Parts: sequence; C-alpha cells; structure tokens
Amino acid sequence: MEYILILISAIFVSNIVLSQFLGICPFLGVSGKVSTSIGMGAAVLFVMTIATMVTWLIQNYILVPFRITFLQTIFFILVIAALVQMVELILKKVSPPLYQALGIYLPLITTNCAVLGIAIQTVAKDFALLPGVVFAIANALGFSLAMIIFAGIREHLVLMKVPAGMKGVPIALVTAGILAMAFMGFSGLVK
Amino acid sequence: MAKKESSFKNMLITLLVITVVAGFALGGVYNITKEPIAFAKKAKAEAAIKAVIPEFDTLKVFKVALEDGTDSLVFNQGYKDGQLVGTAIETFSKNGYDPTPVRLMVGFSANGEIINTAVIEQKETPGLGSKMTTDKFKNQFNGKNPVDFKLKVKKDGGNVDAITAATISSRAYCDALQKAHSTYLKDGGSK
Amino acid sequence: MNQVANLTKGLLKENPVFVLLLGMCPTLGVTSSAANGLGMGLATTFVLVGSNVVVSLVKNQIPDKVRIPAFVVIIAAFVTIVELSMQAFVPALFDSLGLFIPLIVVNCIVLGRAEGFASKNSAFSSALDGLGMGLGFALALTILGTVREFLGNGSFFGMKFIQGDGILIFVLAPGAFIVLGYLIALINKLRKTA
Repeated sequence: MEYILILISAIFVSNIVLSQFLGICPFLGVSGKVSTSIGMGAAVLFVMTIATMVTWLIQNYILVPFRITFLQTIFFILVIAALVQMVELILKKVSPPLYQALGIYLPLITTNCAVLGIAIQTVAKDFALLPGVVFAIANALGFSLAMIIFAGIREHLVLMKVPAGMKGVPIALVTAGILAMAFMGFSGLVK
Repeated sequence: MAKKESSFKNMLITLLVITVVAGFALGGVYNITKEPIAFAKKAKAEAAIKAVIPEFDTLKVFKVALEDGTDSLVFNQGYKDGQLVGTAIETFSKNGYDPTPVRLMVGFSANGEIINTAVIEQKETPGLGSKMTTDKFKNQFNGKNPVDFKLKVKKDGGNVDAITAATISSRAYCDALQKAHSTYLKDGGSK
Repeated sequence: MNQVANLTKGLLKENPVFVLLLGMCPTLGVTSSAANGLGMGLATTFVLVGSNVVVSLVKNQIPDKVRIPAFVVIIAAFVTIVELSMQAFVPALFDSLGLFIPLIVVNCIVLGRAEGFASKNSAFSSALDGLGMGLGFALALTILGTVREFLGNGSFFGMKFIQGDGILIFVLAPGAFIVLGYLIALINKLRKTA
C-alpha cells in the first residue's frame, strides 16, 4: 500500500519535472517527438533506478559509517557518470537506431539534474532500500509521462501559427507552465 | 596541444589522483566549517525555543517517546532561578499538504497552557497553508489549555479557526500541537 | 577576443540562460524570490570560476578519454566547498536553496564552460570566462526572481509593497515556466532589434 502511495505522489502530485523542476534540459530538448521521448524516458528509467540503488548502498554502507557524508556529491555524480557510459555502450550494441536518435542527449543524462536529484532525495527522505527503488522508478515514470505528454503537445504546436518571437523555446515554456498548472490539480490526491 | 596519452593506466591514475586531492581538500574545508555549521544549527533551534517560552537561564533537554512509540519529541525545559518557566516541545505532523512534515515549536506553561507556538519548518502552499506562520492564525492558540480548547478545526468539532481554503494545513498544525500536548501530559512537569 | 569582451560576453550577448538556454533547472527552481535567485547565481559563479581555473591549469595532465569524469570530480569538489560554506555562514539561504545547491554540479553551464572553454584556454582567460558566465547567470536568475516575487508576492527582495498576497501562481511551478518563456521571447525581440 505504501508503494502505491509513493507511485501516485511521485508521478502526479510532485511530478519531478512539472513541480520540482528537475530534468528540464532533456525535457525541453528531447520532447520534440513522442518517439524520442519514449526512448529517453526508458534510458532515464534504467539509469535512475540503478543509480539510486547504488548511491543508496554507498550512502548507507560507506559514507555514513566512515563519517564522510560531505563527499556525497562527488561519489554520487561519479556513479551516475559511470552508469551513463555503460548505458551508452549497451545501447550501441542492442539498438543502434535508438542510440542514433538520442544522439547527444544520452551522455547528457549524466548532467540530468533529475538523476542526481532523485538519488539525493531518496537518501534524504530516509527510505529503506526497496521503497527507495520504488521511489526512483516512480519518478522516472513521472519524468517519462511529463515528457511524452509534452511531446504530444509540441508535435501539434509545430503545426500552429505562433508569433515569431515566441517560436521554439518561449512557447514551449509557456505550454509547460500550463501543463504544470494542470498537474497541480492532482495535489489533493494523496490524503 | 600536448595532452597525456589515453592509456588505461594514465586514465586510472589521473582519476585517482584528482579524486584523492579533491577528497583531502574537502576534508580540510569540512573541518573548518564543522563548528560554524553546528553553531548555526544550535542557534536556529535556540531561536525557536526563545520564541515560545519566557526568558530562562538554564535549559534542560531530553526526549520523550510518543504515546504510540513510533517516534519521540524533544522537550526543552527552561528554568529561571531554579523555577520552571516553560517547556518548549519540538513537534511535527506528517498530515500537511506537502509531503515534507510540518515542524513546530510549542511552549507550554507549568499549568499546561500554550504560551506560544512557532513554525520551524513548513512547505505548505504559498498564500494558503503557508499562512500558518501568520499571527492571525497562530495567536488563537496562545493562552489556551488544550484540555478545554479542543485542538481540532471547527469543521471537525473542535475550537480552532482554520485558515480559509487551507483546511488540511490547519489540521496538520492541530495534529502537531495535539501530539505535543499528549506527550506533555504523559510525561510533563519536571523530571 | 580581448579580455574585456571575454568577461562581458556572459552578461548579455552569450547570457547562459536567456541566449544559450542552459542551466534551466535551477533557473526555474529557485527563482520564487529575488534573493534566492541572486544567492544561487553567486554560488554558481564561485563554482564556475574555481572549476574553470583548475581545469585550465591541469588540462594537459588529463588523458582525453577521461576528461569529462575528471572535470566532473573537480566541479563536484568546488560544489561541496560551496555547500559546506553556505551551511556554515548563510544557513537561512542554504535552507531555502535546498536540493539545488548540490545540483550545481550538474548545471550544464559549469560543465559546458569547463569542456568548451577552460580546457582550451589559459587560467586567466578561463577565470574571466567563468566570472562573466556566472554573473550573467546570476543576472538572469535575479531578474526572473524579481519578476516572480513582484507579481506573486508584491515584494522586492523581501520588502512588501502590498498587503496580503499577489498573484500566487507566479511563485508556484507554472509561474516559473510562463515568466521564463515570456522573458526569453522578450530578450529575443530585443536582440533582433539591437
């Protein structure tokens, strides 16, 4: 039951992109098409889940016992960087077309604030390992959901008449704002 | 530009050296900032205590377990010239609108009346639940004894005027105060 | 490029937020007030200058294939210094900025400048580049924070003009997106006519 609560609140109530502002760069950069958004979402899901697991273990078995929690930022980002390299290598072998489509955005998952942000939050909220992993999966799903919805909207936006000054990023941002407003409607869900 | 050759040995050594140097540098900074950080934390806690109980010259701090045993609250008893002037209890409620617990400091006089309350931390909706920090809302508790003044919002049959359109946050405030009061009754007075 | 141009490019012509469109997460996340925006901007500037200088000094010692992880560790070290210093000396600001302080390490601006400029230029130039970009970032954040705080709270750096609340949506999530969108559109227009 606790897991369902974690899922709902992470995906809808405190959506990682639309209410916590994590993962904006890929959100704006990759959401041009629904297909690339799905691919990016899958890659983030993979990296975020494993990164959270590994960083949780590092925090609780290395950083805390040895009293070096101030090295958290360094350790966590190194783990994420290594994981992304791995995902790149795996994708190259398993699905070259997806690898091509994601292009520059794949190594950018390392600088995706969402992955590091969730790793830090999981540890800060004192989750046990399994709820923590569920939390990470939930947030990755929330990220994917936001991106896919947004991509759907943007695919339509391209066909619309937009004032010249607003074309591209500005109108995307305003749209994201309206989407964020819509998601605010979920606030009362988890009570 | 003459860069080092990317042999495996070179890569490993470089990363190792950088990480070790960084680790030591940070260890140094950590030692310098350890005391100021502890001092800042202490000052913050003390400010909250001073806001809810009258002047004191000695403070006795101890923990009391909650009735349901799931957690404990920190009791800060202030004494002036050997007399107990008030007990500042650090309490919380997880029932706020935002997942972050609402944390309050409430001061009880020796006869069980609420002297004053102060918000330590809240992440409720700005302009709605966040109004719990305003005098207009929180002053209604001052001078009241929870034995007669029911710590529930009027909607739930109690005596508390809720914040307009922020019933959940108001309920959380009451919940935190109730928690403190029950624990105070369970183990109040001088130890 | 002369050093004055190097320093000032980050402020307007190549402003990291409004022109290069980098560093969006903290831009949206901490600008519910002008003070928070400014604080974050200055913290990031410190990291930018520090990491740019160090990267520039050691650039020839780092094998090409590990340069990104190496830069990241250097940046992470400076971010941790900022984290600890802020916690010790400006605890209230530290609490308001919260999660976004460690997230400076993944601010695309910082890694972007380390990779794109510091790894190819002298320490002095890199320091100026970091300073300029950082101040440009701080400028953008402060502007966004001021607008949001003014509209949403009726105040400027905490000094209130009105009684009660402003148009609350502006200090909430949607407001951040919308104001930034319009600001970028405005700046685009100004750049075209300039």
